[in-house]
Amino acid sequence: MKVNVKVWRQAGPKTTGEFKHYAVDGILPEMSLLEMLDALNEQLTKNDEEPIAFDSDCREGICGACGMMVDGMAHGPRRKCTTCELRMRHFPDGATITIEPFRAKGFPVVKDLVVDRSAFDRIIAAGGYVSVNTGSAPDANAILIPKDIAEKAMDSAACIGCGACVAACPNASAVLFVGAKITQFSLLPQGQAERDRRALRMIAQMDKEGFGNCSNHAECEAACPKGISISNIAKMRTEYMHASRVQEKHGD
Amino acid sequence: MVKVAEETILDARIPEGPIESKWSNHKNHINLVSPANKRKYTVIVVGTGLAGGSAAASLAELGYNVLNFCIQDTPRRAHSVAAQGGINAAKNYQNDGDSVWRLFYDTVKGGDFRSREANVYRLSELSSNIIDQCAAQGVPFAREYGGTLANRSFGGAQVSRTFYARGQTGQQLLLGCYTALMRQVDAGRVKLFSRREMLDLVLVDGRARGIVCRNLITGEIESYAGDAVLLATGGYSTAFFLSTNAVNSNVTAAWRCHKRGALFANPCYTQIHPTCIPLAGESQSKLTLMSESLRNDGRVWVPKKKGDARAPRDIPAEERDYYLERIYPAFGNLVPRDIASRAAKRMCDSGFGVGRSGYAVYLDFASAIDRLGRETVRERYGNLFDMYHEITDENPYETPMRIYPAPHYTMGGLWVDYNLMSTIPGLHVLGEANFSDHGANRLGASALMQGLADGYFVIPYTLGDYLASSRVLNDKVTTDHPAFKASVAAVAEQTRRLVGSGGKRTVHQFHWELGRILWDHVGMSRNEKGLQQAISEIRGLREEFWKDVKVGGKDADFNKNLEFAGRVADFMELGELLALDALHRKESCGGHFREEYQSPRAKRCATTKTSAMSARGNGQAIRPSLSSTRNTSSSTTSISHSAAISKVKQ
Repeated sequence: MKVNVKVWRQAGPKTTGEFKHYAVDGILPEMSLLEMLDALNEQLTKNDEEPIAFDSDCREGICGACGMMVDGMAHGPRRKCTTCELRMRHFPDGATITIEPFRAKGFPVVKDLVVDRSAFDRIIAAGGYVSVNTGSAPDANAILIPKDIAEKAMDSAACIGCGACVAACPNASAVLFVGAKITQFSLLPQGQAERDRRALRMIAQMDKEGFGNCSNHAECEAACPKGISISNIAKMRTEYMHASRVQEKHGD
Repeated sequence: MVKVAEETILDARIPEGPIESKWSNHKNHINLVSPANKRKYTVIVVGTGLAGGSAAASLAELGYNVLNFCIQDTPRRAHSVAAQGGINAAKNYQNDGDSVWRLFYDTVKGGDFRSREANVYRLSELSSNIIDQCAAQGVPFAREYGGTLANRSFGGAQVSRTFYARGQTGQQLLLGCYTALMRQVDAGRVKLFSRREMLDLVLVDGRARGIVCRNLITGEIESYAGDAVLLATGGYSTAFFLSTNAVNSNVTAAWRCHKRGALFANPCYTQIHPTCIPLAGESQSKLTLMSESLRNDGRVWVPKKKGDARAPRDIPAEERDYYLERIYPAFGNLVPRDIASRAAKRMCDSGFGVGRSGYAVYLDFASAIDRLGRETVRERYGNLFDMYHEITDENPYETPMRIYPAPHYTMGGLWVDYNLMSTIPGLHVLGEANFSDHGANRLGASALMQGLADGYFVIPYTLGDYLASSRVLNDKVTTDHPAFKASVAAVAEQTRRLVGSGGKRTVHQFHWELGRILWDHVGMSRNEKGLQQAISEIRGLREEFWKDVKVGGKDADFNKNLEFAGRVADFMELGELLALDALHRKESCGGHFREEYQSPRAKRCATTKTSAMSARGNGQAIRPSLSSTRNTSSSTTSISHSAAISKVKQ
């Protein structure tokens, strides 16, 4: 296969970027999009040009490091698929593929296709945990969790933190990411003690990071490589409403 | 020039007494740091996977100041995230006869009796606490309808003791410890340094007092001082180029410590995982693991006829060879990983392999789907099936998976004593980066267990002992110390040398070449001639690397080629050590299979068509007959011996 790649090049956070065109030959259908970029980078290195910077690590769809807009879609056109899992057989021979970084105020560009997603870490640090020091846990079977509840919590916990939801949202909102974590803990008995505080603090931090609001486009669910449902957003809203009312009544 | 160090016996400092009470006695007698004093210490933790993340969080909870470093953009992406199948614990929730002793015994036996038994017993004792801790953090483990925890079976065990969260157990456990870590970041007790690569260890007066790392965004060489250094930087399977490890996994941090004097133990104990998606082409960047848990319900087979090109579904049952069930009836498809891997290689080498390359065997779920129904199979393995489908374009519900072994885990690593301290005072090594718990072969679902045991429940005790007894507080050092300046200068010099090298071949080409040598001669099957050839080829390749590598770009910039160049340079040195260790170890054990040194029994098993027995494949061979004192001392001797021979001075 031969493909043409139209890719965003940007030297650093403060410089302006532009699209550049490259042709890559000898691509096999079973290669992933990232392996195609590897091949292009080999070509660029040999020609004394600077390779394209992009993040990737596990290359099996679980670490969440990779993520780019492929033909205008976060992680590309396949449903429930990360960029590293996206195979070239889904593109016609001779295709022109447009590749850009995730674009959101909360994710400033570092270089080329690499963005800074540390805002997600700060949101988790604001309350996306259960406060339990090492060594103070009761026996794991002391607290029973019905199978369907555990399964639902797992559905929400499957988030890989890639940020595709933010990139796909016209408002660059992070509510699917935040909602999934809040939902996971609100379902589990272990998450009850800090339930209200968690919702208030995580959402406050999300707003502080410059992510937009949700206006029900549901693009996030469509882009999510792990198929996280937008019902997590609805759950987040009820949690937030409840927590706000408790706060009004009792103070912080 | 490689110099083999004089044989020295290292003191593993294994506590006295019967194996069952070593850890309790040790905890009762080691030094403590009082709560008021903990805040005076700074601990550097390199790595944020299960071992590093859990250590950083737990030490911060105790009150230490922690500086935590990772190469990823966030701690949540450390490669522990990719572990699929599960985590062992001796809970005996299934009432099937499990116990601390049995988990200990299975782990030691799985490691072909090359593990340090005192460490493994402790690991086994701590296994239950790990499950409790993770459940309390909100890890959504699989549950039964009544709400109790569910278990599955894994290779090398005859009890069901593996806890899991679908096929994403590593991810969920990592997120548990990542959230605990972020809670400490929020509390101000952990300072997080992401996108940093450790490039040197700084010693002051012979003790580990800091690290030098490269900021992967700006390219700046930074240094950090502390009172102890904890290394939790994972394994080195990516030396093989193609492995199941993440593309950024590397040996650099551990190797640079080795070059500063930390001894390496058992480098040739590498695990080749039996169930990976076979190589599709030369452009492939990594191999994808299909969890071993699939062998619970999948049946491994090849056609009985060589080169049978029929579609798998067209081959009738009587023309299939379910070779694992045939050769190892007691364990069937759940034999330990090394045995399953070599059996697959044997089948393919003798012409029974399937797929385009002939280097694959089938893993078939048809009978599981008949027995359990498609829905149950989907519930158990759905995400793995989807992953396989996405990669290969074949639907495993309809046609059997094709699998082949791939480098996956490295049992060897930096030598540590019972307190997890390396031969450099103050440098502690946790998780896959150390060598102690898995011997010559690691059983499934025990890597997560070891990483978390080391981080949550071992180092919080043993580090205190070091800090209190070494009196490091009396001589605080800062990065103004000449040792830091010298190390920064040396690291910057190497970086400049790599960037400035005006060769012709890319880093990728060199890495591919090294991987080919290692896979061919230091892979699943090894012999003297091949190992000698590997050593000479690696030496040649290393020389060429420094003459002819092409890196490009700038050093003060985000530069992936430069990152990889430094790692490949280290793999070139490690690769030689790997081969040297394999050559020196004149025996077959676990992941180290020397063709010349097979026991008559193992040989019979390798060639037999009908035998039901094997040295390790026969369940009846399990006899709890280890004598703790004898084995403790003998494992100490053999381990220190291998550590000593493994020291390379360049």
